[in-house]
Parts: sequence; C-alpha cells; structure tokens
Amino acid sequence: MSDTGQRLPGAAFDGAGDIADTFRDPVSGDYRQETMIINMGPQHPSTHGVLRLLLELDGETVIRCKPVIGYLHTGIEKNTEYRTWVQGITFVTRADYVAPFFNELAYCLGVERLLGVEVPARAQLIRVLVCELNRITSHLVGLATTGLEMGAVSVMLYGLREREMIMDIFEGLTGLRMNHAFIRIGGVVMDLPEGGPRKIRDLIDILPSRIDEYETLLNDNPIWRERHEGVAVLSAERCLELGVTGPVLRAAGSTADLRKDMPYCGYETFDFDVPTRTEGDAYARYRVRIDEMRESLKIVEQALVRLMATPGPVMIEDPKIGWQSRLSVGPDGIGNDPAYLAHIMEESMEALIHHFKMVTQGVRVPAGEVYSTVEAPRGELGMYIVSDGEHRPYRVKIRDPSFVNLQALPDTIEGYLVADVIAAVSSLDPVMGGVDR
Amino acid sequence: MSLEALAATVAARYPDVVVARGEVTVVLDRGELLAALAWLRDEPTVELGFLSSITATHWPDRDPAFWVDYELRSMTLHQRLRVKAGCSQDDATMPSATLVFPTANWLERETYDFYGIVFEGHPDLTRILLPADWDGHPLRKDEPLGGVPTWYHGTTVPPVDQRGMA
Repeated sequence: MSDTGQRLPGAAFDGAGDIADTFRDPVSGDYRQETMIINMGPQHPSTHGVLRLLLELDGETVIRCKPVIGYLHTGIEKNTEYRTWVQGITFVTRADYVAPFFNELAYCLGVERLLGVEVPARAQLIRVLVCELNRITSHLVGLATTGLEMGAVSVMLYGLREREMIMDIFEGLTGLRMNHAFIRIGGVVMDLPEGGPRKIRDLIDILPSRIDEYETLLNDNPIWRERHEGVAVLSAERCLELGVTGPVLRAAGSTADLRKDMPYCGYETFDFDVPTRTEGDAYARYRVRIDEMRESLKIVEQALVRLMATPGPVMIEDPKIGWQSRLSVGPDGIGNDPAYLAHIMEESMEALIHHFKMVTQGVRVPAGEVYSTVEAPRGELGMYIVSDGEHRPYRVKIRDPSFVNLQALPDTIEGYLVADVIAAVSSLDPVMGGVDR
Repeated sequence: MSLEALAATVAARYPDVVVARGEVTVVLDRGELLAALAWLRDEPTVELGFLSSITATHWPDRDPAFWVDYELRSMTLHQRLRVKAGCSQDDATMPSATLVFPTANWLERETYDFYGIVFEGHPDLTRILLPADWDGHPLRKDEPLGGVPTWYHGTTVPPVDQRGMA
C-alpha cells in the first residue's frame, strides 16, 4: 500500500452546492472554456441502469469523472427495521436483483449466527446449488450487457438465452424468476421439485459447450480485444485500497475469495479452483468471469450428486424458528401445503395460534451484532445485522460489492477516452439495485 | 490466527476487546481511532489491511447515541475484526478514515447521508444516495416516518411504526 491516501477518488471535487459546481475552476470560479462537461446517464442505455456520470472532457479524453448515484435508492435498509425478521428477506433480496440468492444467504447466515442455530445438511447443499447457479446467471448478464455495449449483439442474445435456461430452473424451484425469498432463516423454503435434478443435469450437459462458444467468439476477436485489453486497469494493490473485491480483484492477480478464505455453507468440502489473471484490465475480468462459470458448474455438479445421498429436512425442526408449513410449487406456481392447512384449520387450535404468531411476529432474535459475508458474483457481500432482542431487526446494513467497486471507476478512466468509459463500467459490472439499495 | 490469539494481540494495545459469536470487536475512543486503524492495517501480526464496511447505529436514549462500526478484513490471514467508536447526539463527529483507507470515502458519505455523522477531514462529505436538497438523516431512529394522505374521507395511511403490526 505505497501511495495510500495520495490520490483519493473524487478528492479533487468540492461537492458543496450544485454538483456541476464541482467542475468550476478553483481559482477563477468560472467553468473552464477549453474543456466540456457532459452528463452520461442517468438514462444512457449503457450505464447499467440509472447511473449518472459527470465527465469533464478535453476532446475525447476524460479529465475528470464524478459518478452520481442514488437514483434507484428505495430505502431497503430502513424498511427492514419495521418488518419482521422473515419479511426482511423479501426486502434484501431486491437489493442486487441480478444475484438475489446471495442477498438472502448473507442475511440468513447472519440471523442464524445471532440465533446460534445450524441449518440441516440438505438445506446447506440446496443453498450452495442455487447460489452457484445464480453466480452463472449473474456472470451471463454481465457478459450479455458487455456484449450489447461493445456492439456484439449476438453475445447479448446468447448470454440471455442461456440465462433463461437457469431462470426456468429457478422458477421451477422457487416459483419465481427473481426476488425469490427462497433461502429462509433455518434453511430453505422448500425441497427440489419433482424433475428438478433432471433439469439441472441437462443444464450441466449443455452449458460447457455454450461457454466454449462464447470463448470462440470473443477470446481472439480483434474488436473485443481492442476494446478491452489495457482498458480500465486496476492493480491488486489499488483494488484493496479502494475496497474492490470479486472478479475485478482476482483479475489483478489476487486469489481472494471468501468461499476459500473464510468458508461458509460447507464450501471447504467442495472441489473447485479460484480463477485468476494478472493483467488487471477489462479483458482479464471477462476471462475470469468465464472461468468462474465453469468452476461454478463443477460445484453445482458436486452438490447435485451429494443431494442424492443426503435426505432429510430442508428447514430447521425448531418450531420457534423454522416455518412449519412444507410448501411445494404447484402447477399454478403458487406453493401450498394441504396437510398443514388441514392441521391448523381443523385439528389443532394451538397450531393455529402458533401459526398466527409466526406470521405476524415471526422469530425473536437475541440481542447482538454480526457481520456475515458471502462471496457474491461481484465480490464481498456483507450484512451487518444488529438485534435488540425484538422480533424485527434494529439495523441491517448491506455492504454491497457493486457500491464499493463503483467507487474505483474514476480511478480507471481518468486520462482515457470516452469510449473506454463504457468498457470500464461494464467490466466493473455494477448492478444499480445493489449500489443504491 | 485463532480468534483468541487475535483478540489477545489487539487487547495488548487496545484493552476493550469482546469476542462473541465468532467475531472479535474492539471498542475505541474516537480520539485514538485513526492511529488504531493505521496500526491494525500495518501491524504484521494482524494484517487487517482491507476495510470492508463502515456504518453506524443510532440509540437515541443512550450515551453514546451513535456507534460507528468499521469492519476490517485480512486478505492474507483470513480473519476479521470489528472496530467501534461512539459519539454523542450533540457532537456527532468522527475523524475521517479516508487517509488510512481510501475506500472509506463513499462509505463515510453514506453514513453521513443516513445518520448525519460528520467525518472530519473527509475530502468531499456530501450526500450520496439521497438528493442533495434532502432534509434530515433518514436512518436516525428519531426521524419521523410520515404517513400517506388519501382521498378517502381525508384519511391517512399511518406511518409504518403506528400500524400495530410487526
């Protein structure tokens, strides 16, 4: 960390007053006449959602860049403070909506640590399975949008086509394509559906050849390489100073991956590699993401094999914590449990009262604080969860990797061309739902 | 390094160390915060050179009213440490950690935006997620939640904390 504190992102800006004022000359107070200030976004199609970049240009060269965020802020963290612990899951899953399972997992792992409970082995495996499938869909979206922005529209179509196959699996598994609220405190909400493993097996058979196809199309494509090689370079040292994690950090030579470094959900028992590159540019990030998809498939395959040999509940037995209804996805996509319904409506008054308490108040979590982390597709996803012993959280802070990684953007593009801004943003792969929360 | 060893190493210098739920927390006075963060970053036996997160919690009826929370991670020794420092409601200021960890820039802006804690020495302490002309700091517990007026007989949907559920 040699130049710590020497050059801070955004340090040249005085943010008081109107944002555009930050581009005034500090001495004369006028805008400089020889440069041009333009807005890229918030509605520019290639800004990955509603990201606004204020760029000061000298010809085609970016002199300064100031990201302006918050256009998608929905107050998820504040909302969780006024809902039950279980309802919190439906909020946090909407933060980084491209990788919803990771938000749910980080939140539930945190709450489970506060409760001091372990989830059943089968639930662990299903969590790993859906998260690794989700990592693939997330990287496919990253690849597809990058393709769109670079003019490689066929890559966009292929990427979204393969993603759709996995979205079908998610829909069959959870009833929803996104925002699943599938991972719950104490396990997962339901077991794999009939025919689910078969569908995942089919995916494992098809996807490797599709990934090969992307690589054939792109790895040595002169335009792709020209747009990505040497663009938006970040050294590993600079990444760590700026808090950048995930594929961006690993593309700069670091092996940091929470699945290996601080394993959770039994990741230490799976056999997989952490792909790295050393160049630290946009091309290296693309290659790392492609390789990570292959590694994720390896994990999915192992999880599937182990699921065959691991029967058992997918939700913790403790009725004070686990949801007692055993749901399944019906033909209409809506889950239900007729036996449980009959039990609470016709047989047992106590069961009905308990059900009512679980729905309206849910779990009571002992007072304390935890910081639970998972390796999301974009890096370290952390949840700082504080409980004051009540039936709803006192504070949930989502440390979203998109938010922190985006901070590095000015560092990567100041001094480069406008066209590189597009490649730089897409190589950092921010999801604005996660950035703004 | 085990949790206990990490706790012991830190406690030798900053005695207020708590180990709970597999996590180590050190509570500091805000005056010694920056020196402590720099020491934790550079000390070869702990190597906590990566700042994951900064946030705060608000306890309006207690003193200190704000706890600012720093989550440190070691990329080499694979361990974590939480650093906490408090400040009162009337004097909601903290020294800025941007010179120790550049990543603190946006994280402190967010904490300022949500809680109104002023990080002294921050190069650009402006709102980040809320609009620049927003009034108040919404994650403070004493911030009014507001209701929603409706057209139905002039009634109002009450604020979420007054609906009697959850």
